[in-house]
Amino acid sequence: MIHIDIKKKLHGTKGLMNLDVNFDIKEGEFLALSGLSGSGKTTLLRVLAGLEESSGEIKVGEEIWQDKDTLLRVQERGIGFVFQEYALFENMSVEKNLLYVNKDKKLADKLLELTELTELKKRKPDTLSGGQKQRVSLCRAMMNRPKLLLMDEPLSALDPSMRRKLQNEILALHKEFATTTIMVSHDPAEIYKLAQRVIVLENGKIISDSSPQKALVQHTGSQKFSFEGEVIDIVQMDVIWVAIIAIGQQLVEVVLSAGERKELSIGKKVKVGTKAFLPIIG
Amino acid sequence: MMEFFASLDYTPFILSFKLAGLTTLILFVISLPLAWFLSQTRSKTKPFLEAITALPIVLPPSVLGFYILVSLSQNSPLGAFFENVFGVSLVFNFTSLVIASCFYSLPFMVQPLQGGFESINKNIIEASYIAGKSQTQTLFKVALPNMKPAVLTAIIITFAHTVGEFGVVLMVGGSIESETKVASVAIYEMVEMMDYKGAHIYSALMVLMSFIILLAVYTFNSSKRIGGFAK
Repeated sequence: MIHIDIKKKLHGTKGLMNLDVNFDIKEGEFLALSGLSGSGKTTLLRVLAGLEESSGEIKVGEEIWQDKDTLLRVQERGIGFVFQEYALFENMSVEKNLLYVNKDKKLADKLLELTELTELKKRKPDTLSGGQKQRVSLCRAMMNRPKLLLMDEPLSALDPSMRRKLQNEILALHKEFATTTIMVSHDPAEIYKLAQRVIVLENGKIISDSSPQKALVQHTGSQKFSFEGEVIDIVQMDVIWVAIIAIGQQLVEVVLSAGERKELSIGKKVKVGTKAFLPIIG
Repeated sequence: MMEFFASLDYTPFILSFKLAGLTTLILFVISLPLAWFLSQTRSKTKPFLEAITALPIVLPPSVLGFYILVSLSQNSPLGAFFENVFGVSLVFNFTSLVIASCFYSLPFMVQPLQGGFESINKNIIEASYIAGKSQTQTLFKVALPNMKPAVLTAIIITFAHTVGEFGVVLMVGGSIESETKVASVAIYEMVEMMDYKGAHIYSALMVLMSFIILLAVYTFNSSKRIGGFAK
């Protein structure tokens, strides 16, 4: 069990802000940390890592990492950390990056095999693709068999197919090592797939703490399915009005009634759904 | 032609290179922790330290030379201490030149090193701490190997700058044959004695050597950069 109760003054995007969080994580749990940028997610990770100072308590099992009298240095915490931009040691080969953390060659070989990097182990990081680099970074983070693995938007720099592949690998590593993990992510599909629990931060405070299903899957109204979107444009086509709505990465056209046309404006957040689902055969 | 070159007195050049080599070595050892500290600190003392470090760039060499002379002379506490305890004088000898050069060339070592450290992605340094490594281990195993061009620039520029110093050397060392008469001072003396031929040869040699050194640095650094992008 990890107990976290910390406070820290932050200069956020909207001026001074107080990071004030208090929660526990069970051993082996995979926790996702979500929320708008500037809500304090990265700072929370850095505080847990010992890279930034804060006041309060961090207790990992029986070990005190931080309280009134103690402050364990980053070197003494034995955590794993995956940065968004990989942060590999460019002067060392893939294998040396891992062995720098810990000389356990057996573990290094096992991790490289799990992530299909064995053939690349003599290569230098600057010859690898983004996805390969992040896999090395993931392996490196596992090298000291961390009590706590922290990942700061580890997959956000990668394209969707590479993301999916790495999600599977993160899942496989989590299954294998059962490492207590906190991952910052904005991607609902990713959170749903990987995490058992989601904490949402807003202005430094926890506004929701629940299962991914509760936090992410929204059932309101009686629609069969519905999506959140934003009105990008409203155009007239012959006699009808059509709204262009961005849902995730996709744009869709929705025909508007006269009443809807009056209510909608560009930039408005809307829900797009259908009540009667007409299957198309063909 | 060969005879002519063989008959030249190379002592001032050898002295210049000896001085530059020693100064570079000492400064590298001193500047490494200083530059590392300056690059990593968020302390309020940083601008003061940076300003002090950069002073030799803007001060006239005579000012620097004057203060070094005053603080090392036998009348100063430091000079008197060395004179009484070790029986050595700190002025008008080779030792005094090395001390003066270390002050004079300090910014040329510290600034490229500090720039090199600052150019390394902060997360890479943090990743090393997370891996359980101390600052010293991180400095030697991660930081330095990832900034070879900056290290090379610092070493070569410091070396070249020390070879090229004149004012400070003259103030602190004078012009004692085989002891403090370095190449730049020798050229000055030749001109004073209207030995233009000697001055020409010495000067041309200085230009040639300096150019070769700088060319080597820029060639190395640009090949590093191109290599980085090509991959």
